[in-house]
Amino acid sequence: MTEQIDKALQREYEAGFVSDIESDTFEPGLNEDIIRRISSMKQEPEWMLEWRLKAFRNWLEMEEPDWAHVDYPKIDFQAISYYSAPKSMKDKPKSLDEVDPELLKTYEKLGIPLHEQMMLAGVAVDAVFDSVSVVTTFREKLEEAGVIFMPISEAVHKHPELVQKYLGSVVPQKDNYYAALNCAVFTDGSFVYIPKGTKCPMELSTYFRINEQNTGQFERTLIIADEGSYVSYLEGCTAPQRDENQLHAAVVELVAMDDAEIKYSTVQNWYPGDEEGRGGIYNFVTKRGLCHTNAKISWTQVETGSAVTWKYPSCVLKGDNSVGEFYSVALTRGCQQADTGTKMIHLGKNTRSTIISKGISAGRSNNSYRGLVRMNSSAKGARNFTQCDSLLIGDQCGAHTFPYVESRNPSAIVEHEATTSKVSDDQMFLCQQRGLDPEKAVSMIVNGFCKEVFKELPMEFAVEAGKLLEISLEGSVG
Amino acid sequence: MLSIKNLHASVEDKQILKGLDLEIKPGEVHAIMGPNGAGKSTMGYVLSGREGYSVEEGSVTLDGTDLLELEAEERARAGLFLAFQYPVEIPGVSNLEFLKAAVDAQREARGEEAVSSKDFLKMAREACKQVHLPAEFLKRGVNEGFSGGEKKRNEIMQMLLLQPKLCILDESDSGLDIDALQVVAEGVNSQRSPDRSFVVVTHYQRLLDYIKPDYVHVLSEGKIVKSGDASLAQELEDQGYAWLKEQRAADAEQSA
Ligand SMILES: Nc1ncnc2c1ncn2[C@@H]1O[C@H](COP(=O)(O)OP(=O)(O)OP(=O)(O)O)[C@@H](O)[C@H]1O
Ligand SMILES: [Mg+2]
Repeated sequence: MTEQIDKALQREYEAGFVSDIESDTFEPGLNEDIIRRISSMKQEPEWMLEWRLKAFRNWLEMEEPDWAHVDYPKIDFQAISYYSAPKSMKDKPKSLDEVDPELLKTYEKLGIPLHEQMMLAGVAVDAVFDSVSVVTTFREKLEEAGVIFMPISEAVHKHPELVQKYLGSVVPQKDNYYAALNCAVFTDGSFVYIPKGTKCPMELSTYFRINEQNTGQFERTLIIADEGSYVSYLEGCTAPQRDENQLHAAVVELVAMDDAEIKYSTVQNWYPGDEEGRGGIYNFVTKRGLCHTNAKISWTQVETGSAVTWKYPSCVLKGDNSVGEFYSVALTRGCQQADTGTKMIHLGKNTRSTIISKGISAGRSNNSYRGLVRMNSSAKGARNFTQCDSLLIGDQCGAHTFPYVESRNPSAIVEHEATTSKVSDDQMFLCQQRGLDPEKAVSMIVNGFCKEVFKELPMEFAVEAGKLLEISLEGSVG
Repeated sequence: MLSIKNLHASVEDKQILKGLDLEIKPGEVHAIMGPNGAGKSTMGYVLSGREGYSVEEGSVTLDGTDLLELEAEERARAGLFLAFQYPVEIPGVSNLEFLKAAVDAQREARGEEAVSSKDFLKMAREACKQVHLPAEFLKRGVNEGFSGGEKKRNEIMQMLLLQPKLCILDESDSGLDIDALQVVAEGVNSQRSPDRSFVVVTHYQRLLDYIKPDYVHVLSEGKIVKSGDASLAQELEDQGYAWLKEQRAADAEQSA
């Protein structure tokens, strides 16, 4: 039975191909000179370079954290290349017609056609390839609404006042080891600004692709939703199948001003490594949102990829009545390890947060939920509800929950529920007895388990996520 | 239709079926009775190909097809249906979604086209009505939080939608109130046809008042020890199984 499910879980990593694209890639190594070169590649203003160098100096003083329930060999930061861009991007193509067709093909193969007429209606895409943004679609249409959606490297030039004001305002440079590293070497990512009272007319999304070998990807995303505005944003990620591990250390900062709402969804499908745990992406990510009065930030993540995931999308509920939400599905199989969860920091009065975490572990994988709910002394009447469910497939995997609660206000209420269940023989047999093959049965049971989270994803992507799980779970059954 | 010959089967190295014989012709209803632990549910699992049950000896054919060669899902697609004694929950998977997937899988195996969602919804609503389950049950997770009786009616509802050739009902009457018993029986009776057969496992005569069996068998210690017509059920109801034991002990003595 277990064997049957295990087989059903074996999958091909469909995004594992390598694109044949000539790139300008820095030699491996990390020092101030490299940072200066990244900055000059991007023709950055002096303040940006200074900011990077400051972060780098901080980083040198910091230690790699080891508290997560994950195990991987020490990373040699000098063996990584910190910049790689397709040669064809050097002259900054002005329109889609000037973009290297091989690049466009890569995205098409991944199911993200970048020609606007071919795209999902109502979704604008920023496509980031290794260290640069290739193209951002629907920009004119968004500009009409006053929405700014562009690569952050471009925003540094075009909207320096916004970038300078908000970059590092939610995740300080010294927040943690990987965040500090990101500040020093980040290459590209998306920048979003939604003006006051504006509902962003379409879904925004960024698609990250690592292609080049031995390069790290350090993306940086900054989203600012001004008073009373609304935006729904989605990020997706994939990488080729390689035997070496690759580092991905991103920072995402969200700012929701008074009465604004940001819905941030992630479908993470970095290469997870092979059955034996060879290769795969180290996904060390810092994501945090700041909520002002009556604002709402909702994180939804579907994590199926990466060899090691270390990620805690968080909300700082600063303003009174602000709301934070975290909905997560993390699937680990083979030798994957995930340590993921959230932090809800309640500062304002009557702030509310909801955490729904679904961990699915199969094979020899390890899946941990780690969550902090902090009720500060100022958080009068604040509430949190946490539900953490683990689903085990087979008996060689691990599921762990590490909930931390700190309450300094007696009027705050924190509720926590946790369950652990298995895909049972009974369930499998019921499905098969009704005519479903084991693969379909497992994916249906797992999808059912994740339902509460999937329903939080934007429509177009809920279907995608369901399919992704299905692909993740499909394979031949002997 | 179904032919079981000298079936020996075990689970976890424990021998449960010890030479079971049963012949069922198209259109017939066979009731199986017998003491707790006799192997009735095991028979259902072995016939439907549940993982973990191994067959040491004997043969089972359904319309000439060797069932024992097939995977569980292939047997289902060949028209075998088992209504579970203890239906299991699949949280988050709606009844409707589950049934549509099952019906589609079976149709696909027969080379038929999938039913449109709209038509299927209509069929499913109709099936619910027949077993007196409100249509809301289609939206709920499979058996999730259903009462015992609702679960049993849900099993019959699935049978109505899947239209199997051979239906094995494992204690579909246990835990039912009197009205529900009638609903279940009517569900079964509505499906009786010259080319569909039923194996009805039950402990009580009551169900057989509604579903009139052509034959009644007593399964004890892994084999059929007595067969008869509907009146045998009444006899068992009156006398229990003790006389069976005595009779068998006497038989054993004689042959010793
Ligand atoms: N997995 C198992 N491991 C060990 N013994 C088992 C297993 N499954 C069933 N048995 C045993 O096999 C015997 C037959 O069980 P079965 O469930 O078929 O009986 P039954 O006739 O359906 O009984 P009831 O009328 O109580 O439903 C019982 O003694 C039971 O304990
Ligand atoms: Mg039984």
